[in-house]
Amino acid sequence: MFESLIPRVSTFASDIDGLIILIAVLVGFWFLVAQGVFFWSLFRFRHRDGQRARYITGEEPSEKRWITIPHALVLVCDVFIVVGAIRVWVEVKQTLPPPDATVRVIAQQWAWTFIDPGQDGKLDTSDDIRTVDEMHIQVGSLYHYKLLSRDVVHSFSIPSFRLKHDAIPGREIIGWFKATKTGVYDIQCNEICGIGHGIMGARLYIESKDEHDAWLRKMSAAQTPRSQ
Amino acid sequence: MQKPIATLRSATGIPTGRLAIWWVIASEIVIFGGLLASYIMHRIGHPEWGGYAAHTNTVAGAFNTLVLLSSSLSAVLAHQAAEGGDGPKAARLLRLTVLGGAIFLCVKGLEWTHEIREGFTLTANGFWTFYYTAAGLHGLHVLAGMIILLFVAADAQRNRELQRVELIGIYWHFVDIVWIFLFPLLYIAK
Amino acid sequence: MAEPASALAHEKPHAAAHAAHDEGFVKKYLLSTDHKIIAMQYLFTGMLMALIGGYFAYGFRMQLAFPGAHVPGYGVVSPAQYLMLVTNHGTIMIFWVAMPVLIAAFGNYLIPLMIGCDDMVFPRLNRLSYQLFLLSALILIASFFVPNGAFSGAWTAYPPLSANAAYNLTPWGASLWLIAVALEFVAFLLGGINFVTTVMNSRAPGMTAMRIPMVVWMIVIASILFMASVGPLVAGAVLLLFDQLLHTHIYDPAHGGDPLLWQHLFWFFGHPEVYVVLLPAMGIVAEVITVFSRKKLFAYKTILYTAIATGVISFFVWAHHQFVAGIDPRMANIFTVTTLIISVPIAEMIFVYLATLVGGSIRFTTPMLWGLGFIFAFLIGGVTGIFLGSSGSDIYFHDTYFVVAHFHYTFFPIAFIGSFAGITYWFPKMFGRMMNETLGKIHFWGTIIPVNLIFLPLFMAGLAGDHRRIYSYMNFPDSARPMLQNLRITATVALIVLLAFQLVFLYNFITSLFRGRKADVNPWRANTLEWTAASPPPHGNFVEMPAVYRGPYEYSAPGRDDDFWPQNIPA
Repeated sequence: MFESLIPRVSTFASDIDGLIILIAVLVGFWFLVAQGVFFWSLFRFRHRDGQRARYITGEEPSEKRWITIPHALVLVCDVFIVVGAIRVWVEVKQTLPPPDATVRVIAQQWAWTFIDPGQDGKLDTSDDIRTVDEMHIQVGSLYHYKLLSRDVVHSFSIPSFRLKHDAIPGREIIGWFKATKTGVYDIQCNEICGIGHGIMGARLYIESKDEHDAWLRKMSAAQTPRSQ
Repeated sequence: MQKPIATLRSATGIPTGRLAIWWVIASEIVIFGGLLASYIMHRIGHPEWGGYAAHTNTVAGAFNTLVLLSSSLSAVLAHQAAEGGDGPKAARLLRLTVLGGAIFLCVKGLEWTHEIREGFTLTANGFWTFYYTAAGLHGLHVLAGMIILLFVAADAQRNRELQRVELIGIYWHFVDIVWIFLFPLLYIAK
Repeated sequence: MAEPASALAHEKPHAAAHAAHDEGFVKKYLLSTDHKIIAMQYLFTGMLMALIGGYFAYGFRMQLAFPGAHVPGYGVVSPAQYLMLVTNHGTIMIFWVAMPVLIAAFGNYLIPLMIGCDDMVFPRLNRLSYQLFLLSALILIASFFVPNGAFSGAWTAYPPLSANAAYNLTPWGASLWLIAVALEFVAFLLGGINFVTTVMNSRAPGMTAMRIPMVVWMIVIASILFMASVGPLVAGAVLLLFDQLLHTHIYDPAHGGDPLLWQHLFWFFGHPEVYVVLLPAMGIVAEVITVFSRKKLFAYKTILYTAIATGVISFFVWAHHQFVAGIDPRMANIFTVTTLIISVPIAEMIFVYLATLVGGSIRFTTPMLWGLGFIFAFLIGGVTGIFLGSSGSDIYFHDTYFVVAHFHYTFFPIAFIGSFAGITYWFPKMFGRMMNETLGKIHFWGTIIPVNLIFLPLFMAGLAGDHRRIYSYMNFPDSARPMLQNLRITATVALIVLLAFQLVFLYNFITSLFRGRKADVNPWRANTLEWTAASPPPHGNFVEMPAVYRGPYEYSAPGRDDDFWPQNIPA
């Protein structure tokens, strides 16, 4: 169901989706129980002639149990969720696996600039390839992205990767991703950045090795050699 | 306007005026606390601010600290006089407190004039922005306190609302204490 | 303790002294220091601002459903205007609707009446609080008419966008917005003085702490929470104003500043703020569900302690709004833990309210429907918060419509369902007339059904990746799919239906004011003290100041014929 709404195209997308499903199951259970008790009481305890409400203080241990036991069970569910959340978070945000490739992502009002290191594989050399609003990467390669902003806070978001991070002016933020399928997907700016926020989309081209090599060659030939 | 019964009751045993002033002070502590915490976080990340802080006038700051402490003393004595029912004496002592506040503000005025002439303005850099904002906010509270002190003194002169002498005293002590935090943070830490 | 009634012997209510007093309209209604009039001022101002906030929602949702089209009653919504509408919709609804209605209107109206005294402790300060509040509202409205238009940087106003007119393009709007918000904060800080001191000190003899009605406790706790959390943001707002107007650089990284400082200051307040508005709404629901199920509130002390616990924990969760904002990633784990912890006392409060219903004798009056509607809808809001508080899933959900749907499933119950519960319940006391029950029920169903049809589709849209503050999804190929656009159109149509049914409420409210059936002193047969005063109460509230002999929720007590037992009747 989830995949039909938004495809999974990165290695950690299914981990994030798995966490979402875990939360949905645990939380969904309590939701149904609570709404069930709710609607049942409205029916069972609706006023009828001659029927009088019970006098219950809620201070007796036998009464309090109805609260403290669910309370404890909710806490147990929370532990599962916390553990699941931390595992996914550590995987995506606290580890930086060794990269196969790098790309610099520069956000500004209101466009995305991507700097590919070019055929020498090093950023800030004369063969760097600069594209605007288009990011070309190779499927199966582990990328480090170096995220910058030129002006206000933006946010680099690729929904099909389940990836997101804010771009803060004055800082370089490093993260990683690895694509699992080829295709073309949206890149969004996910933090309000002025009146052009709504046109600050870009497109992500995930290419096979051959396609990507071809692209590199084409871009290197077309671009005048210059530093970023 | 006749006071409502609500004002005269005291289920806690504490007079309502005192509860109110403590609430005001609590909210001010959070405001100044937030400002100073932000300053301290910035200061930690900017070691060069120590160099900027070297240009503040520690002597003037120390003098002002003494002035404020003395004015708090006269506020305490005013409270004592009010407790004893001597409104005119309390009024005199409150006006002495106002004088202390006035001296404080004059010295600050001289300090700032000198610093601005040297080029250390609000926009010079982050340190000076915090300096003027924190000291300025404090100065506004000193001024507001002075005005209220004068009103309370006017009432006390006629032996009216003597319970307010204690309350404005509490406020004034708070203003004093904020300065006791500001002084080392802005002047001494270099 | 000493016989409560004797403690009243020395008090002389001055209602009699004022009986022959004939005041002009201005003095009686505009410059009044009477807490009930001031409450009405806050209520009517809040209702008016709700109309403006609702109109803005109409504007931007029409743009989303029919991008680029002319919106009837507005015109074409440009990208810049879209962001102004979204920014001010949020700002207005939180600061100029939820807070004034739930805290200032109900707090001012109910507190003196429910604790059995004649007014707030500082009536002139109370009047000043309203006047500052009104001024703040006028400043915000003024910001819609200045050159370059109103502020459009979202209610969160992150710098550098909000600090620098070169980025936000609305120099006047940005500063007026900020000044309006800061002034509103000051107005509520002043208002809090009255709420807290009055409840602490001016209670009727015999009203011990555990006999205070829950709504009064909740408003007090909310006031304390507000006061303890807003200070750093006031300081931060002064600094942001300086960045805007005087070109200082506190939030400007190009000159040694830090944009993240604002975020921390904002959310340190922003998170407790949601409980500042939640607690009073829950208090109103507690009053309503006990009266209309004729049943004692379950575990009063537990509710109180959970509310206080929630308030305390709320100071330690703020950075769950900043998981992907550039904070140290290790911090995120701490905030996930604290955020999941805070979900527990809230769950507990819901369980306690459910336990109150179990064993009751439930009457489905309009106020009760609203109280029940709150529980149903808030449950959805609460559980969806877990997806956002968990850092790993928030990576995906942050700044999507999933967040928007979550907070509307919490805020709409808080600001509107809670307020409607309170208004329909206390209308007879406030205005001496009954509202029309049939119209009330039509309004209820015409609100609760559409609201679900607005936000359930938006949950789906968020799941599908719709990001926030976007004026048209047609610019994003993956989001421009017809299936998703249909969800957006559904939400918009449901909103229009929702807005249309609010006319039923307005009609009911206004006609009942003048032509409603005259109300008895205690039409709902409730226990709390306000129902012993006349409907409406005179200046001074009570002809004789009441004393209290029991708690507020002694419904269906064993051994009594009546299924209620007012607090002021001697044992």
